[in-house]
Amino acid sequence: MNTQVELRDPNLIMKLSRLGSFHQSKLSFLRSFLREFKDWEYKRDSFDLNKFGYGTAVYSFKKNSRTYSLVCFANELNEKERSDRVIATKWDAAFTLYDGIPTQKDIFRLKNEVPKQEVGRLSYKELTLSRANKSVRIFDHVVKSLSEGNQPDRKLLSKVGYLYRTTAVYGSGKFGLADRFRIKDRKEIYGPFRLEMMLVYLVRQFTFDQVNHVAKKINPKKAVLLDLEICRNLGIGNSTGLGMAPFIVNHPTLLNNWIFARETALKKIREIKNIKIEDSNLFKMCLKKSLKNITSWNTDSEYQQKKIESLLNDLHKFITFIDKDFDFSRNFAFNNLYQWIEDNLKEECVEYLVSMMMEPYESITNSLVSQMSSEEEKYFNIPTNRKVSDLKKILEKKYQDILKIDFSKKENNQNFWFISKNKEEPRLADRFAEAGSDLEQPLAIARDIKKLYQALLEKNDDCTIDRFLANNSNLRHVVRRAFIIEKFPYSEIQDNTIGQSIVPIDMLRLKLSFFGALKFDPKSDKWLRICMFQGAPLPIELKNYDAHWVYNSLN
Amino acid sequence: MKSLSEIDTLSKRASRAAGYSWGIAEEVGKNIRILEMFGLPGIKNLNDFYKKKNKEKFENLNLISKKNKTNNFQFCPIMSGTSFLDQVISLEKFKEIKFEKIAYPILFLPFVSRASEIIGKRLLLKLDDKEFLLNFNNNIYSNFIKNEIIEVAKFVSIKFLDNSDSFSEKEWKELYKLSENTFVEETDSLKEGAAGAGLTDND
Repeated sequence: MNTQVELRDPNLIMKLSRLGSFHQSKLSFLRSFLREFKDWEYKRDSFDLNKFGYGTAVYSFKKNSRTYSLVCFANELNEKERSDRVIATKWDAAFTLYDGIPTQKDIFRLKNEVPKQEVGRLSYKELTLSRANKSVRIFDHVVKSLSEGNQPDRKLLSKVGYLYRTTAVYGSGKFGLADRFRIKDRKEIYGPFRLEMMLVYLVRQFTFDQVNHVAKKINPKKAVLLDLEICRNLGIGNSTGLGMAPFIVNHPTLLNNWIFARETALKKIREIKNIKIEDSNLFKMCLKKSLKNITSWNTDSEYQQKKIESLLNDLHKFITFIDKDFDFSRNFAFNNLYQWIEDNLKEECVEYLVSMMMEPYESITNSLVSQMSSEEEKYFNIPTNRKVSDLKKILEKKYQDILKIDFSKKENNQNFWFISKNKEEPRLADRFAEAGSDLEQPLAIARDIKKLYQALLEKNDDCTIDRFLANNSNLRHVVRRAFIIEKFPYSEIQDNTIGQSIVPIDMLRLKLSFFGALKFDPKSDKWLRICMFQGAPLPIELKNYDAHWVYNSLN
Repeated sequence: MKSLSEIDTLSKRASRAAGYSWGIAEEVGKNIRILEMFGLPGIKNLNDFYKKKNKEKFENLNLISKKNKTNNFQFCPIMSGTSFLDQVISLEKFKEIKFEKIAYPILFLPFVSRASEIIGKRLLLKLDDKEFLLNFNNNIYSNFIKNEIIEVAKFVSIKFLDNSDSFSEKEWKELYKLSENTFVEETDSLKEGAAGAGLTDND
């Protein structure tokens, strides 16, 4: 007997609270990146820092005739100038990923542009751009300890988890960087955000090399190198604000492909009739080891603390269940387990366990990883020969809950998204308290879908979309989206992104979980800190590493 | 050099600021990207059009017919282009469509280029004496290569070109004959072992 499992309902999965409960998995980009680049040749090409750690360094990944080089510029920064906010204009270090091997002339040019970040100009030879600030407390402690011949305090390191945190990573044509179309046919970087992951990964290595270098300069005779195990357990931090939120609204087919891959993986796992004992053991082992990542998850955010507490409680409940009452030798064990999870545990834990279920199944996830990109241009044109009746049916089927929202109520129309003038960054504000709602960005999809539906109700069913659009140009952006969701069921957030109760960091969390971030640490409802690559193998270890490194953290 | 992504974003935002809906602004972003990618002066024309739009009125052409004449003002290239793109499937039957006075017709062009891809036919666009052969939005062949602003095209026509060969049957056969020189004559024994040999096909 076969069990045919349905994909989970987008109307359930695409709710913001659910998306905001997603965790990293085998599908996450940083894990895919490491797997895809493990046989590339890693090299530190140059390292020209002064005794304070300021200067230039170049790192590269090379395979056959292709080279990607990270160019790092470390600068002196006054304490008062150090800020993680997007309005900052100076950083401890700035980075760009160069396409090929940079010449001295390139490095000279980049030295003038990269530290300026948003106000600098890059060229098509540069692929990604980023900057980072030290966690000064940790950086100074590590340098001091190493220079005195000691390893740093692991407990202190564990509280933070990184030496540096980035505050933005740009790609895809920003500030003159190479457009996606120039590189999209390269197989090694076909997956989403591979170059951004490469940049962050190499920056992590730079941070280790920098502390070792400075410590050695302080005390050449006594200084020791940072222990490799400690290095492995340090990642790169990241401060992320609302800039990330519109991305998932503005890239509907890409969003669909990420979620669809996750849902397909879950469906295929639930459809496995006989679970091999080694697979169930691996699942249990990863799950139990992963608890360390939760118990070492520090945050001052009450919102997140409650979620972590609930997650831990649910995980203990789940572990007790599988240890005492569950038999993995029964048919379709993961399907039974999933049903129990949905019935007994909260969203945060449900999605945590969905991620964990993928751990034994590289055979399932590997083929899905290659389907997580999107050729978005293909779906841009509106099929204007379709009829009003078609569009109405799509809305009724795909936006069921959204059509029930009453936007005449103030609380459902409370906020608006706009682009700030000073930093050209997305922001969210109260429509009734702040000026500027007349310049609202097209991110109130739920409200506009409802408007579209009401306009369609007044039209004849046989009217074609070209005729409808001739008099309803203001709804064109949502007509396009509706025809996209017809083909891509997970392309739309099934929630109100301008309501009073919106938690914007749910949108960030969704994207960051696909990046592979750990330890979400909300600093408000609009920005958070995370950690990437914590526990990951070092570049010199890539040839042979444990695919489940995420759960090997000593923290 | 500006990236195409920057060109797309800037054109979209400027279009919204110029008074178009977000959906139309998205179309303009894509279009200016296409123009600049093909080496045509998209940003230059868009910038000039939006400056002029502040001072002058343009007519929106919402429903396109075989012959389109303006009443008072020049046609807006963006709204006319959007209508053409949206309605191209039903317009194909006309074989040729004519317009009078389209302002900044370079901005109208990418809509026609994209329409060519939608219907799977080449379109020949004439803007007064300038000709553009639009090949399925893959490339544009033209006698206009100047990087300049065109404020208006008095006479505009779009011809739907039938999908037909650009060569004669004789030319095809001659080339085929030459290509035969890469084939090898099969011996009888080789023919006997080929797929389907030795069986009755009435099974």
